[in-house]
Amino acid sequence: MVPARALLHPAAKPLVFVLSLLPFAWLFYAAFTDNLGANPAESLIRSTGDWTLRFLCITLAVTPLRVLANLPTLQRFRRMLGLFTFFYAVLHLLGYAVFDQGLDVAEIAKDIAKRPFILVGFSALVLLVPLAATSFNRAVKAMGVKRWQALHKAVYVIAPLAILHFFWMRAGKNDFAEVALYAAILGVLLGWRVWHKRRGAAPGRTATASR
Amino acid sequence: MTVVRSTIPGGVTMEKLTEYKDAASYNNFYEFGTDKADPAQNAHTLKTTPWTVEVEGMVKKPGKIGLEDLVKLSAQEERIYRLRCVEGWSMVVPWVGYSMSHLINRVEPLGSAKFVEFVTLADKATMPYVGSRVLDWPYVEGLRMDEAMHPLTLLTFGMYGEVLPKQNGAPVRLVVPWKYGFKSGKSIVKIRFTDQMPKTAWNKAAANEYGFYSNVNPNVDHPRWSQATERRIGEDGLFAKKRKTLMFNGYEAQVGQLYAGMDLKKNY
Repeated sequence: MVPARALLHPAAKPLVFVLSLLPFAWLFYAAFTDNLGANPAESLIRSTGDWTLRFLCITLAVTPLRVLANLPTLQRFRRMLGLFTFFYAVLHLLGYAVFDQGLDVAEIAKDIAKRPFILVGFSALVLLVPLAATSFNRAVKAMGVKRWQALHKAVYVIAPLAILHFFWMRAGKNDFAEVALYAAILGVLLGWRVWHKRRGAAPGRTATASR
Repeated sequence: MTVVRSTIPGGVTMEKLTEYKDAASYNNFYEFGTDKADPAQNAHTLKTTPWTVEVEGMVKKPGKIGLEDLVKLSAQEERIYRLRCVEGWSMVVPWVGYSMSHLINRVEPLGSAKFVEFVTLADKATMPYVGSRVLDWPYVEGLRMDEAMHPLTLLTFGMYGEVLPKQNGAPVRLVVPWKYGFKSGKSIVKIRFTDQMPKTAWNKAAANEYGFYSNVNPNVDHPRWSQATERRIGEDGLFAKKRKTLMFNGYEAQVGQLYAGMDLKKNY
């Protein structure tokens, strides 16, 4: 178990930041050295999608871990991880727009409207935008904690949309093992929150403070 | 193998060949895994000798044909075909084989035979994904008799002047260049002549996405993506524009008449 002190080390945040950038750095390097296989465009689009889902899981794991392991200092990483989820989601959309659609805006609009699987993924990203935009201290203050928390409950919609997007993408191959894995992880992480709240403990900082 | 270049119409495209390493490492062969890189990694377990192909159903001369005899049944030709996958990518591959019609003529189908069914190997001992729920095994494909008899339909034993790599469907596979790639069954063990339209693997798995005909058609989209364009593997790097997909994958002059009067939106 990570000692609580290590989490407060001044290097901890920069370290998590660099680690979170590693997938991007690798993809960038691999793209320019022709290390992405026979279909590099597909590989880039899929990898950024995978990393979006992974960061969504990691971000949503922070609060349960914080409470269960009694590590209040974990909280300081959550915002950055959430922003990395957004970062990889934007890369995923850009990859699709540039490499799959050749940046043809009319084609992209048509594709989003016509294909439920694209529409659902796109909606998930659009819903992430207000969360990313209000992730600064000033935004929290301006909105008030209550309203800010209510807005960020949008993740209960975003996560299922992301899973549905992934499910439909894999549906043609009847290959749902990975989809089920991500769905289970996100289900547990979100389900835990509901359960924790029902148990009477407030999910905010007060819960740990009262122990 | 002594191989001559094919002289049949449409038999040799002059387009730039896909690199061998791409054609032999980016494969859909679900018996060995669903990731494109899986077959090249896993197919080494496939045992291609001894190999027999069983001919059965509505034919005068059913029976088992050993691979050594099958290879020599007709002169091997090189055919350079475009390959268009239903997923939206394409390659140009020099195959080695002979027209399926040579084998069909040899076994003398009955007049009642309307379709040819191709059954491919499903061996749990050597194929890790056989038994998974991805598809109903064995992988079965089929053609209408006139499609199977078309000279472009190739019974294939090699590519790039060599014996087929295992991940590409060794020791014998079909190549039907005007249809999406999944119509071309790999590692064939049985050829059955029938009067019923074969129940093909992908059609059984998702009938609304994969029809029996599955001719390459830019005007009929897959329910989840457009079929109007395709990415040519290995072409001009990451920022290359996708190509326009051609009707019947560019073989309309040769095969268009097979579908005269048919509604290709309905018979997708």
